[in-house]
Amino acid sequence: MEKMLVSPSPHVHSATTTSRLMGDVCIALLPALVVSVLFYGWAELLVIAVSAVSCVAIEWAITRYLFKKEGCFCGSAALVTGLLLAMNLPSTTPWWIIVIGALFAIGVAKMPFGGLGQNIFNPAIAARVFLLISFPQQMTDWTLTPGFIHTTDAVSGATLLGVFNEGGIQALQSLGYHTGISDLFYDMGGSAGEISDIALLLGFVYLLCRKVVKPWITISIFATVALVSGIFWLADPSVYTGPGFNLLTGGLILGACFMATDYVTSPMSNWGGVIYGIGIGFIVMMIRYFGAYPEGVSFAILIMNMVTPLINRGFHRKKFGRA
Amino acid sequence: MNKNVTFSIGGIHPNDNKIARGCAIEALPLPQTLYVSVAQHLGAPAKPVVAVGDKVKTGQVIAEPGGFISAFVHSPASGTVRSIAPRKDLAGNWMTHIEISVEGDEWVEGVDLSDTLVTGIPEDIPATLEKIKACGVVGLGGATFPTHVKLNPGPQAHPECLILNGAECEPFLTSDYRIMLEKTKEIIVGAAIMQKVLGGVKTVIAIEENKPEAIEAMRKALSELPYGNISVLVMKKRYPQGGEKQLIDAVMRRQVKSGALPVSVGAVVQNVATSLAVYEAVQKNKPLITNTLTVTGDCLPVERQHNYLFRIGMPLSFIAEYAGGVPAEAAKIVSGGPMMGKAIANLDAATVKGSSSILYLSGKLTKRREEGSCIRCGRCSDACPMGLEPFLLNRLYKAGDVEGLEANAAQDCIECGCCLYSCPSFIPLLDNIRMAKGQVMGVIRARAAAAKAAADAAKNENKK
Repeated sequence: MEKMLVSPSPHVHSATTTSRLMGDVCIALLPALVVSVLFYGWAELLVIAVSAVSCVAIEWAITRYLFKKEGCFCGSAALVTGLLLAMNLPSTTPWWIIVIGALFAIGVAKMPFGGLGQNIFNPAIAARVFLLISFPQQMTDWTLTPGFIHTTDAVSGATLLGVFNEGGIQALQSLGYHTGISDLFYDMGGSAGEISDIALLLGFVYLLCRKVVKPWITISIFATVALVSGIFWLADPSVYTGPGFNLLTGGLILGACFMATDYVTSPMSNWGGVIYGIGIGFIVMMIRYFGAYPEGVSFAILIMNMVTPLINRGFHRKKFGRA
Repeated sequence: MNKNVTFSIGGIHPNDNKIARGCAIEALPLPQTLYVSVAQHLGAPAKPVVAVGDKVKTGQVIAEPGGFISAFVHSPASGTVRSIAPRKDLAGNWMTHIEISVEGDEWVEGVDLSDTLVTGIPEDIPATLEKIKACGVVGLGGATFPTHVKLNPGPQAHPECLILNGAECEPFLTSDYRIMLEKTKEIIVGAAIMQKVLGGVKTVIAIEENKPEAIEAMRKALSELPYGNISVLVMKKRYPQGGEKQLIDAVMRRQVKSGALPVSVGAVVQNVATSLAVYEAVQKNKPLITNTLTVTGDCLPVERQHNYLFRIGMPLSFIAEYAGGVPAEAAKIVSGGPMMGKAIANLDAATVKGSSSILYLSGKLTKRREEGSCIRCGRCSDACPMGLEPFLLNRLYKAGDVEGLEANAAQDCIECGCCLYSCPSFIPLLDNIRMAKGQVMGVIRARAAAAKAAADAAKNENKK
């Protein structure tokens, strides 16, 4: 009897653990990672490997030598950050820029706030924006690296959103571009996270089935982007791009499915999530139409990250038996 | 689509592990010594009315109520009172126990020990309530609240619905299931008696869908008995459906306000085991000295699992020995279900009226892992059946913000354990919220006392 455990209830626990949740996110990212390696080849694989390894290593080093903690090593969350960062980078990114990005993601955006669960900004996006501002040339070098699958209609050098940002709708039309089914499967000239919408959505459906994330934030972003771009497009289709183009190009699907749904930096409640999604969708469209940058998903998510604590204050769950 | 009813907020779906469901109830033999606690119910402990050396018979009163909310305690066997002294209960706390050395099983006069079903419902309601009180009947769903008090909600209350709780939503436990199968008609007669006491209200026997045999048995027995306005309601399997507020929400679609009693929405909830005790008290004049208990667990082979009819005062160690001893793989022994039961610190503790199980859990199943960081996934919030935000309460508790805790309704916590169960980082949410709830209740009580004192002072001032 003296060897028995005594502790307060409950005495059983669900099988869901933090590392299992993070593992599920990694599995969900796999289809998109595989597609990007198929299209961009060894260079892309190197980007992914460098990013993942450096994020995990930096988190381990900070936990071990600055926090002076042993055994409490949550490497799976750093791995997710590493994979997401890699999906935001061109396959041509030099390795040292990736390491700087990882250092910023973990060492600046995450650990100084107290580590896992404490950061205000999504580390991968914060690092991407930091790199975009610091190394604008390397970060927008969409030269195609040789992949294992060759396509003929590759647009090299600029993304579709970049073309629109530079020359407006005419420039897009002169490329002979029209929104088509093929966009769903591959979308050349972009980062790993932009290449295949279907692969990303497949991963997101996996997350939904495993009940890792809830769909409300993502749905809210898609709906807002479709609504805002729909209104502008109907008002003047010769100036503004339409909902189809805006939903399927750029980093919107990656951002809405994997970045905006990050537990730590998004609101806790369902309605809070909807408000957060509306904010992201609206800011994305404003930046795409009127901003200096061609793509606004990262900025939109960072801005709404800042608002999250306020949203959490405003939206509480409805309590049982209380008005 | 599953059309069965359930409660509206939160909840979890733990593996129900009803391994002992096939084990018929067996009566345990009497041990040499019984230790009967005077605190077998919610409220004031009972006062012993026997002295050391007294001869007692089975069913004889050995302690009487120590207050309005209290209950009679009866001797579980015939024999001699050896001592009236403090003894450790299962949590290791000292409590007065009446020690009886067993000499036989000779019952007091006037108890009907036959199995004959008595279906006639007595008309005299005060006499019925008096019998329920005299037989020491308390709620056997967990809270052990004196039944005669609950069945007499006062002239201002308007009960509309009697809910018989057959949810048994705690994993592993099968005692309610077994009595629903084996004592079906007795339970229904008990329900009809309580229905009569409450003024002929609508009566619902609420059972979870994972017990189809019990649902079938209840429906069949109802069709064979002459009572009206009693029906069986099938509920989805979901924890904590047997919680009083959740059950009322599931059955009546009404939410009991924070701090209010169930009868404020017209509901009276009684467990099926309580209904059986009411039947035995009113129809058979038999005091509550027996109940059903499940010996089960994930590290106990099926053939060693049992449902036992026990007498109060039996040491748990006696029952464990009788059932073949503590399995070697057991890391924790729990009295009650794995979600809300108490870990047993002292296996020599005696059974009480509300005992429901001896549950052996393996280390693999029960050992808590090291606490990690909150990743703000919101699972605790989604699981809370009271609509609370456990992650927030945990943070407020750590910050010592009692005002914030009260504003965020820490006092509404029903301690069901869904938050801790769901937390992927093993944060001891309920441990902390339980402490927080205590602090908030203290503040609320102090405030009420201060307000009362101020009112009294003002009254005295006016008199002068």
